[in-house]
Amino acid sequence: MVLMILAIGALYSAPNLYGEDPAIQVSGLRGAEVNALVLDSVVEKLDNANISYKKSELTTDRILIRLKNSDDQLKAKEAIGDSLGDSYVVALNLAPATPAWLEAIGAGPLKLGLDLRGGVHFLMEVDMGEAMNKSYTQMVEDFKADLREEKIRYRTIKRDVANEAVRIELRKEEDLDPARRLLEKRYQGYSIVEDSNSNGYELLVRMTPEKIKETRNYAVDQNITIIRNRVNELGVAEPLVQRQGQDRIVVQLPGVQDTARAKEILGATATLEFKLVDTNGDLGAALNGRVPPRAKLYEKSKVGPVLLEKKVALTGDHIVDASSSFDEYGMPQVNISLDSKGGTKMSAFTKDNVGNQMAVVFIEYKKTDKQDANGKFKLKKIEEVISVATIQSRLGRNFRITGSGSQAEAHNLALLLRAGALIAPIQIVEERTVGPSLGQENIDAGMNAVLLGFGLVLIFMLIYYKKFGLVANVALAANLIMIIGVMSMIPGATLTLPGIAGIVLTVGMAVDANVLIFERIREELRDNRSPQQAIHHGYDSAFSTIADANITTFIAAVILFAIGTGPIKGFAITLAIGIATSMFTAIVGTRAIVNATWGGKRIDNLSI
Amino acid sequence: MQLLNLKDTINFMSIRRFSMALSIILILGAFASFMTKGLNWGLDFTGGSLIEVSFDQSADLQKIRSVMDEEGFRDATVQNFGSSKDVLIRLAPIENADKTTADSKMVGNRIMQSLTAMDDTATMRRIEFVGPSVGGELREQGGLAMLTALICILIYVAMRFEWRFALGSVSALAHDVIITVGLFSVLGIEFDLTVLAAVLAVIGYSLNDTIVVSDRIRENFIKLRQGDAEEIINISLTQTLSRTMITSITTALVLFALLLMGGELIKGFAIALLFGVVIGTYSSVYVASSIALGLGISKEDLMPTVVEKEGADQDAMMP
Repeated sequence: MVLMILAIGALYSAPNLYGEDPAIQVSGLRGAEVNALVLDSVVEKLDNANISYKKSELTTDRILIRLKNSDDQLKAKEAIGDSLGDSYVVALNLAPATPAWLEAIGAGPLKLGLDLRGGVHFLMEVDMGEAMNKSYTQMVEDFKADLREEKIRYRTIKRDVANEAVRIELRKEEDLDPARRLLEKRYQGYSIVEDSNSNGYELLVRMTPEKIKETRNYAVDQNITIIRNRVNELGVAEPLVQRQGQDRIVVQLPGVQDTARAKEILGATATLEFKLVDTNGDLGAALNGRVPPRAKLYEKSKVGPVLLEKKVALTGDHIVDASSSFDEYGMPQVNISLDSKGGTKMSAFTKDNVGNQMAVVFIEYKKTDKQDANGKFKLKKIEEVISVATIQSRLGRNFRITGSGSQAEAHNLALLLRAGALIAPIQIVEERTVGPSLGQENIDAGMNAVLLGFGLVLIFMLIYYKKFGLVANVALAANLIMIIGVMSMIPGATLTLPGIAGIVLTVGMAVDANVLIFERIREELRDNRSPQQAIHHGYDSAFSTIADANITTFIAAVILFAIGTGPIKGFAITLAIGIATSMFTAIVGTRAIVNATWGGKRIDNLSI
Repeated sequence: MQLLNLKDTINFMSIRRFSMALSIILILGAFASFMTKGLNWGLDFTGGSLIEVSFDQSADLQKIRSVMDEEGFRDATVQNFGSSKDVLIRLAPIENADKTTADSKMVGNRIMQSLTAMDDTATMRRIEFVGPSVGGELREQGGLAMLTALICILIYVAMRFEWRFALGSVSALAHDVIITVGLFSVLGIEFDLTVLAAVLAVIGYSLNDTIVVSDRIRENFIKLRQGDAEEIINISLTQTLSRTMITSITTALVLFALLLMGGELIKGFAIALLFGVVIGTYSSVYVASSIALGLGISKEDLMPTVVEKEGADQDAMMP
């Protein structure tokens, strides 16, 4: 059993020996899918440029081309580069060169933290105050529209900051009940009470705790979606965008050095505009520069160049939600919900335009390298038509766009529509950038420290405990392999510099169990027990001590992991894994070796 | 080979009062240093910006300072980091009136630009920016982590041994933490997140030591028929001394390796742990045992529950 566990540990740590291939990664943007056609054109480009490659892989969301060296990698990026157009991102990557048979059992190399790989780490905070503000404003708007619609007359509807509620002041008492019933029927997640303290006829509408939580979650999730989209655009090989705690988002971009650019792209603001397609204008003439005065030509578009009216029908900030689903024929569709104001506008606008085509324009403001007179970076407006659809009937607050392509495309369109209605801004509260040279130095320093520490301990144990020291050393080596194996096995575990420090510390402390056992055996020998008895007693009586000592350290490690962030977590993981594996190798492992070597024989003295 | 060949029991507890006094002096010293000097909190806890830059030749700090002045960062500290070619620039958090501290986020990039303009061999090694609110939170979290760890350990040891031991070992831990952090205050070494992790690891290590000693004391209370508490503690300490020393030596060896090879970023970590190991070894011998003794630990306190528990534990976990 011992051998089997060790073999598994060794197997899973094996991928770390194979290193990485420089690779080029191609992935689609804004719903563009990578497929065999794209792969063919990429391969053709490489062949034309006389760049030989090891292997090309096509997965559902990306193409990976492994190259022989990093020179080729740069050349290949240039060759493929712009030829694919804006819909695809070409990124440099390092792909693990794990053999297929190891990959098949789920083995892969250790994931390195940013401090070892180089890259940028951002911690962003979602402005929850703003998110709540927006929701209250929304509530006020919606309630006004609803009451007006039902002809219930009100004096004022406004936000009541002190009570964390929206206050509705009605004109007469008889309206209290209908108003309440109306709102209760239309909305979920609000608690509506009469304000007994006031002398007027007032209702207080509060969000229930669940609704508040939902609003906050929505604000965070929405930002995560948008950041993911933008990160994809940056062409980073293996980005991480993850929620942390209540209102924070961690963004890690390995290998990115140009933080200024990364920040600009992450911080770009996006809006949407709904516009009518100008069907009277001559597209061909417009393409030749003769654009009709009422219209504007959009060349950047999902559906080819298109001429749109200049007048904006609706802006994206009225979009409350957008999601993708399937229509009654099983075709993908995008469902859009607008706020009440937007609903009214949309309804008025589409009333006269049934049968016409409407387009959605996605607008982003990005900083450019150019500065204006005040030294501020100029903003560049980038507009793209992301959807054109025919208006089938008069639209209201909820409508849908069908025929927008595959399910993936519908999903992406929904994401982009939501991006246009960002409810809460974000700001960067923490940033850590590690240059590539420092990352490599950290790896080297860490490796050297592990090797030196490991070597010193090996020598010391060998001198001090002779043959038993050798046994302990074997266990220590096995322990190191097991730690790496387990770390490689756990999907979320990344190795960081403090993590390496944790491994070094574990090396020093792992021999403790053996020291305890061996000292016990020596004591037993001094008490004139036979070697066999001494070994037996030594292991038995040291066991509970070792267990106690390790469990308490394990508690400390678990607490570190639970409470700590960043570097502390990395350290806690290796410490905890190290404790677990060292318990196994130092007790079970050495016992097996000792039994195999000395067991069942008559021996007069032990080499300890 | 035998490091210590102890035939006779060493009377550790005879200098109990002296060691108590020493510990109290050290703790008071640590507190005095907190009061007067305070801790040199790292960027993680204070917030602010930090830029590490390396040059091909020895860096001209004076010139860099003047560049910083020109850029309007008068309060920037510029110093060498590790070698004369590496420079570390620190900036206090910029408190902007409006909430969009867009400028403070771009500070790192701006400084890099002007430094490359000054000397084109300048390469960015790392840029860190921590918002003031995050810094405060991290400090809170760190303190909370330490307290939680101590309390959980107190509960475990109290369950597994006896409350006097629990109190003894937790006091020993608190003792180690205070004195280790005190050392950082006295020497003015930067206290960042990694050092905090090291201090928490010191807790783990020192506890390891204390548990081993307490375990032996308990065992001897049960095994040895004669002798008073002080004598039994002395016997137990003598028996475990050689193990304590060897483990401390192996741990110290790897920490030396880390200190020598691990690079600048890990230096504080190695120092904290190295010192913690020394203090932890001392405290497991003197602080934990003397407190248990001072609280009047006796044979009867340990007898009944222990026998049963130890057996049960072994049955369950033997392969």
